[in-house]
Amino acid sequence: MIPARPLWQRFLSFFQRRPLDQDFSRELAAHVDLLTDEYIAAGLSPQEARRQAGIKLGGIESAKELHRETRSLPWMETLSQDLRYTLRTFGRDPAFAIFATLIIGLGIGGTTVVFNVINALLVRPLPFKDPQTLVYLTNGSGENGSSDATFMVDYLLEMKQQTQSFSDVAGYFDFYNIGDNKLLGQGEPERLTGVPVSQNFFPVLGVQPELGRGFSDEEAKFNGPGAVMLSHGIWEKRFASDPRIVGRKLRINDNVCTVVGVLPASFDFGAVFAPGTRVDLFFAFPLSEQTNRWGNTLALVARLKPGVSVSQAQAELNILSPRIRKEHPNWNDLDFRAANLQQHVSGQLRPALLMLGAAVFVVMLIVCANLSNLLLARGASRQKEMAIRAALGAGRRRLIRQMLTESVALSSMGAMLGLILALLGTRLLTHLDALSIPLLTNVRIDGPALGFTILVAVGAGLIFGLAPALHVPLATVHDALKENSRGATDGKDHAWLRRMLVVSEIAFACVLLVGAGLMIRSFLHVLDVNLGFAPERAATIRIDPSNDKYKTQEQRNGYFNEALRLVKEIPGVSAAGLTDVLPLGTNRSWGVQVKGKSYKRGESDGGFVRIVTDGYFAAMGIPIREGRDFAPSDTKGSEPVFIINQRLAHDALPGQDPIGKYIFVDDPKVARRIVGVVGDVRHLALEKDGGDEFYVPMRQTQDFGSVGLVVRTNLPPKSLAADIRKALAPIEPNLATNEFRTLQQIVDKATSPRRFVVILLAGFAAFALILASLGIYALISYSVSQRTQEIGIRMALGASAGDLQRQILRQTLALAAVGLAIGFTVSWIGARYISSLLFGVKAGDPVTFVAMVVILIVVAAMAGFLPARRASRIEPMQALRTA
Amino acid sequence: MADERLDLLQGTLDLMVLQTLSTMGSLHGYGIARRIEQVSGNLLILNQGTIYASLVRLQQNGWIDAEWGASENNRKAKFYSLTRNGRKQLATQAENWDRMAMVMNRLFGIAAKGADT
Repeated sequence: MIPARPLWQRFLSFFQRRPLDQDFSRELAAHVDLLTDEYIAAGLSPQEARRQAGIKLGGIESAKELHRETRSLPWMETLSQDLRYTLRTFGRDPAFAIFATLIIGLGIGGTTVVFNVINALLVRPLPFKDPQTLVYLTNGSGENGSSDATFMVDYLLEMKQQTQSFSDVAGYFDFYNIGDNKLLGQGEPERLTGVPVSQNFFPVLGVQPELGRGFSDEEAKFNGPGAVMLSHGIWEKRFASDPRIVGRKLRINDNVCTVVGVLPASFDFGAVFAPGTRVDLFFAFPLSEQTNRWGNTLALVARLKPGVSVSQAQAELNILSPRIRKEHPNWNDLDFRAANLQQHVSGQLRPALLMLGAAVFVVMLIVCANLSNLLLARGASRQKEMAIRAALGAGRRRLIRQMLTESVALSSMGAMLGLILALLGTRLLTHLDALSIPLLTNVRIDGPALGFTILVAVGAGLIFGLAPALHVPLATVHDALKENSRGATDGKDHAWLRRMLVVSEIAFACVLLVGAGLMIRSFLHVLDVNLGFAPERAATIRIDPSNDKYKTQEQRNGYFNEALRLVKEIPGVSAAGLTDVLPLGTNRSWGVQVKGKSYKRGESDGGFVRIVTDGYFAAMGIPIREGRDFAPSDTKGSEPVFIINQRLAHDALPGQDPIGKYIFVDDPKVARRIVGVVGDVRHLALEKDGGDEFYVPMRQTQDFGSVGLVVRTNLPPKSLAADIRKALAPIEPNLATNEFRTLQQIVDKATSPRRFVVILLAGFAAFALILASLGIYALISYSVSQRTQEIGIRMALGASAGDLQRQILRQTLALAAVGLAIGFTVSWIGARYISSLLFGVKAGDPVTFVAMVVILIVVAAMAGFLPARRASRIEPMQALRTA
Repeated sequence: MADERLDLLQGTLDLMVLQTLSTMGSLHGYGIARRIEQVSGNLLILNQGTIYASLVRLQQNGWIDAEWGASENNRKAKFYSLTRNGRKQLATQAENWDRMAMVMNRLFGIAAKGADT
């Protein structure tokens, strides 16, 4: 080991070769002169004296060499020689260099993008203090909508008191809606998304405000002074990063809120808790009696005490849940489940990401096999060059080193291209707002990503360079230089190695094709699913009535009537209705009881509740199966009515005609008459049944938090936002149109993680297929060119062009068959591992496997056909003459 | 042995150069080589070219400085001199050398005793 200082000096001196050489020559000359003087003084002739002086120094040239080696880094000198030589070689054959760079670049680009995503989601810790001690609590499995997964306020308080595992428990209100908050004043009115959080939410996460402070005790009380914290993004965008924002009053909806703090850029609520959502504001959620009455509303995050593991905490919760339940029999169901926050955030995507990681690894292997093959072919044609270098004294190790330098140089050039591609790809990803994948905004090219790329580049270079490099010095100088060595075919093991490489390429391509095929078929099934509503040509926008202007229920109902009337007058609008929640968004569930049906104590039917007006079903394209739609006359004071979906009709009233039956909803004293049955809607996810659902007329209740307008139109919905704004101007002059969305956008967002995986995987598979076909093509045309003489002889002896073509094609297909057999087996087994990601297809889907086999055979045949045709056109005379 | 002259012990040249510069002050490569040969009573076989490898090493470690100047008979030559760090280095290395020499001496002393019995 050389210590740092001289190492640095030696490194520097590498770049000052020439001046240092000159300096030393002069110094040495002086030394020789002095020695010569000494010898002359001793009586030698000047000539002999000079000769003796040289001897005394151990030879002037070797003294210089020694000096150079000592002062600099010899391996760097060799490396720079090799590199210069490499670049010259590339310059002579730019097509090869460009092609190689291109495929490595694509491979490394893809690998780096996937690595970045995996790194951000699975590896890098969440942007909180000590994220490994944060847990997310769900109520039960949390699979059946938010109402089942969240907690009452009292549970949070109770748990805080009783738990020994957590140092603190915080929560946020999970029933916020996108664009709940209309910001007025200072320019265009804008709908912002705000999340109410418990006072200790940020302290529990360990997030410090960038400006100002968190919520005070007073602000965290029910009906306390309005206070808001801003996300970094909205502070930048809407308030131009005003450093004096704290203390400013904002008009949000009908309230005045004081800005108390700004959160740091590193904190992105949406990225962690609500993928694909931009959250702008945070309010204090009071943990009070009043909010407790709202039922299950809170999502909980807790901080483990030092030394407590998640499973220990769960063990305590398993005891706590029934105990709290017993103490408070009137409270909602309770079943605390704790999961590491990071796992909760990225857990669902984990299998998909691991699959992508595996896929990209396979792609890299194919790239390596392909380049290895190319270099082998090149190596064969460079035998002579290598032989000359060997004859001039290059050792075997030096030649191997030269070859490896070349391959690593190639892969480094590829890596540079790959890095550019990865940069673009990563940029694209993080700016896809429609993509609801958590932590995506954290995906970036950072130190680890860069290190990873370099590692992959060097590793790949060594891997694909190794086989050709070890092959190089095998020829003896004499043989390689012999003019006549051309006629001989390659060494057996050489050809065997190349065939192996192509076979493995085909096998890898098989695996990727099957994976991509299965994912594409799943995706098509998801797209093909009966949503229960028709997203085409429908759009939605929030039109919540202002509480200032519309104070009573009557006034609000008047607003709804007027709004619907005005909107329906817009040309092209065929239907319009209002709803409090949209499918694939938030959801809440209520218990209901059929009048006359006997229930055990504490038991009820239940389902997801939606508060809608007449026209909603038509606007959404939800079919009415029985009975009627709501009507404007279903309003305050008229008979309470109710609409259920087919599933609930089946579950709660099996075998009966539901129309005319009464159901107790929310308030047991009010029985609502069922007037209609509508189709089921997939509102949790496209892959999931919606379950029991029911609808309450908006004019008969006040229990809704938002009002969204859904409009169906015969015209393209693009211009609709402006039209609606104009139409509603008489009753709502401050309509914010920034949250205008088509239903298709909502559906697309729900399918976006799947689409993301499918697009990447399909891209990898296509790339793999191209590489494999190139590999086949290169191998076959090489063997054809090597066998030109043999083919000439065969033709001279009467073989027809067809015979030759068939023979070469057969050879190609035999190769493909071996690769297919291996690839088929591997993907048959491997497909089992991704079955959790599939939808509507089985892991052994025959369509996918057959398609893969057909595609590969066709591609292999095409790749073999071109060289076969070339072979069949060989002129026998010419082929023999060139021998 | 036919030739009684000594080969240079591995790694000792640097120390010799440092010590030479310490006693002689500023000196050029030829002078250093000459001095070491003289002090050794011409017992040491010195390939004078290796002096320069040693000088580079010492210089890169920051133990000596170099400067072009005129030699006694007015030839241009590069003169080397110890730096403060070099002096410290020499002190520690000299001490190490003493200890090593002591160990070697003891070893041989014990071996000699063992041979007696």
